[in-house]
Amino acid sequence: MSTEVNTERTKKQALGPYGKLGQTLNELDDRLGVAKGGRTFLDKIFPDHWSFMLGEIALYSFFVLLITGIFLCFFYTPSQALTIYHGSYAPLVGQRVSEAFASTVNLSFQVRTGLLMRQMHHWACDIFVGAIVVHMARVFFTGAFRKPRELNWTIGVTLLTLAIVNGFIGYSLPDDLVSGTGIRIAYSIILSIPLLGTYVAFFLFGGNFPGTDIIQRFFFIHVLIIPLIILGLVGAHLFLLVRQKHTQFPGEGRTEHNVVGSPMFPVFIAKTNGFFFIVAGVTALLGAFAQINPIWQFGPYVADHISYAVQPDWYMGWLDGALRVFPSWETVVFGHTIPWEVTIPSVIFPGIIFNICYVWPALERRYTKDYALHNLLDRPRDRPKRTAAGVAMLALLGMTFIASATDVIAHFLDLPLNDVLVAMRILIIASPFVAYPIAYVICKELQGFANAGKRKTANIVSRTPEGEYVSVSAPHYEDDVHNELEAIPVPKFVVEPEIPESPGGVRTVPR
Amino acid sequence: MSDEMEHRTPVSLANVRADDPHLQPAAKNPRRVEQVIGLLFVLGIACFIGFAVTYFLDAPAWTYGATLGMGLFLMGVGQVAWGKYLMPRGPFVEERHELASSETERSAFAAAIVDRGGGTVKRRRFLFGLLGGGVGIFSLVALIPLMRSFGPQPKGTLFKTNWKKGSYLVDSTGRRVQVGDLGIGSIVTVFPQGFENSENGQAVDQTVLIRISNEDVVTGKGRETWGPHGYIAYSKVCTHLGCPVGLYEQQLELLVCPCHQSQFDVTKAAIPIFGPAPRPLPQLPLYVDASGNLRSQNGFDQPVGPGFWERA
Repeated sequence: MSTEVNTERTKKQALGPYGKLGQTLNELDDRLGVAKGGRTFLDKIFPDHWSFMLGEIALYSFFVLLITGIFLCFFYTPSQALTIYHGSYAPLVGQRVSEAFASTVNLSFQVRTGLLMRQMHHWACDIFVGAIVVHMARVFFTGAFRKPRELNWTIGVTLLTLAIVNGFIGYSLPDDLVSGTGIRIAYSIILSIPLLGTYVAFFLFGGNFPGTDIIQRFFFIHVLIIPLIILGLVGAHLFLLVRQKHTQFPGEGRTEHNVVGSPMFPVFIAKTNGFFFIVAGVTALLGAFAQINPIWQFGPYVADHISYAVQPDWYMGWLDGALRVFPSWETVVFGHTIPWEVTIPSVIFPGIIFNICYVWPALERRYTKDYALHNLLDRPRDRPKRTAAGVAMLALLGMTFIASATDVIAHFLDLPLNDVLVAMRILIIASPFVAYPIAYVICKELQGFANAGKRKTANIVSRTPEGEYVSVSAPHYEDDVHNELEAIPVPKFVVEPEIPESPGGVRTVPR
Repeated sequence: MSDEMEHRTPVSLANVRADDPHLQPAAKNPRRVEQVIGLLFVLGIACFIGFAVTYFLDAPAWTYGATLGMGLFLMGVGQVAWGKYLMPRGPFVEERHELASSETERSAFAAAIVDRGGGTVKRRRFLFGLLGGGVGIFSLVALIPLMRSFGPQPKGTLFKTNWKKGSYLVDSTGRRVQVGDLGIGSIVTVFPQGFENSENGQAVDQTVLIRISNEDVVTGKGRETWGPHGYIAYSKVCTHLGCPVGLYEQQLELLVCPCHQSQFDVTKAAIPIFGPAPRPLPQLPLYVDASGNLRSQNGFDQPVGPGFWERA
């Protein structure tokens, strides 16, 4: 009996203090040398701030997109070949539809959980692009794109572009009436590019619109080419994040040379994994309760059919709005037509917007002559010009986004369509010029409040034995998030004369 | 400074002792939080099981998402709460190591590229030129067949429709449109006979036929005979971006494109009176033959649809 216990104990001792798992880790380290790097990785510190979650939402909705997308691939047929619909959705039975459309309706109604997967995929896409935009705004307004992180900003802008493009291609795949109209518009936009347009359009579509190839080509681009590029760039984005470490807001004990927060293992892992579950869960709940893109109600794409209130997915809205409000400027020079009314709002305008995004870090470096490394974030109010510029850009894009609903607004408010359109033209042009100074002044005003963003604390007024009243503000709430965020002190432009300390009991008033 | 505040001073993970307050959970009552998280996990697992049950019962579609989503959500909230309240509350601090290398490393790196690499190139300029040229030519040559295999050249495709001299106007079912078919203010989409079911016919040849009166309609100079018996026909492909111009505003006699709200005056050769469309919709000249069929005098006198470079 006792000898047995002893053998058990000796065995355990031979294994070392970390048991079998420790042994396995040692074997792994013998071969790959993971112990040192692994330890550093597990000890990696993540700063705690809610705004650092936005990028995680984007990442996790991308995972949801991959998982649901793989499911959809098994049931979708990327073909424009016509077939007669014989599925379970009665109103469509007997209609001539493309195989792409039929398979999408079938996977929605005849494959169990198919509808859920499709709706989750669509919702996850809308969330993906939305999260990227909000994440980008956070990075912009806090100056996280500054040296040394310009490259990661560039990768981020590219990811946004790819996400928008793949979103558009993805919702075109069911070949329904609304998305088919979108493809038709895309074809005409490509056609409008001077010199090359017709060739690019013909090579992409395999001929004049609609051709027979576009759905198959879009499918391949949508499920393989762009996701692979996104995956690679996401990897690079995260690698750079780890290599350069997180930025952090200024605060107690936080400097340009350290990172304060929770360790990767186990705290951050638990939180972020939980957050993945939450993002996936919310997407699934949206997929269950919020209908999105009911293509069986739109019907199959027929080139001479059209429906009222044709709006694209939200992230394409700004382009559609720009197309609506732009005046009809077409020029014919030397026997060549340049359709500016299409090229400017849908090719040149987004080109300018994305290029501004790409070059912004360089522009700011040059303008501010600030070539230093930055690991502490700015508070937006402390950089009023940058903040105002960002707000002006968002105002412009927000207005063009609203302009994509001119017909719906006119119908809803019972106004003449033309008046709404003219009003939107004025609002779009005016919005950045109105937004900039307002944002600038708000920033300047906020700088004046040392405690802006914190909860108010009580003023404790006490009376000294000599009869003097002293007012001291109570300390900030300890659980107040902003307590840790000490702003950079605002430089004082007015030199205030120092009041000499007076003996207690007598108040001296400077004259 | 209170104890609480002292604990908020960040420490390095490496030097932390086992009894350090930074390793304590953030929750004031960890036992209680553990119970709540346990409950969340149990509910989450119940939802997952519910998902399997609804699946096998073939329940209504929304129940799959409801059970799956609630399960994921509850498990997620539980994990976040675990991380936030029961794990070491920190905060911990980590030093940043400067990314930049030492001055010696930098110059050694630059030297390797400039001296060793550049020297090699400089000594064999001719070979290097050939190699560069070869790679350049290869990429060009590789690109051309790749592009050319993807589709035909545009050539005259965009200038042509299937409307010919004497084409019968048929509706989407293939029925010929006769002079008595439409009442005043009516509209129908027509195609040249034989193309009403082809993809190309639907996309390119689609034409709106409107009857605006009983008399012959003249929409402009040189178009005196184009609108017999009050019938006029315009290409249905919008000159802005090619959407079907499907809305007819009967009282104002306007064709409206539902995509970007271009408006075309039907009585005046479909000139755009508002919106982004730059050109009128091309008009199809019509005539009525001896048996009362509507037919086209000729094809469109210009390319239909949106503008492109080669269009004059």
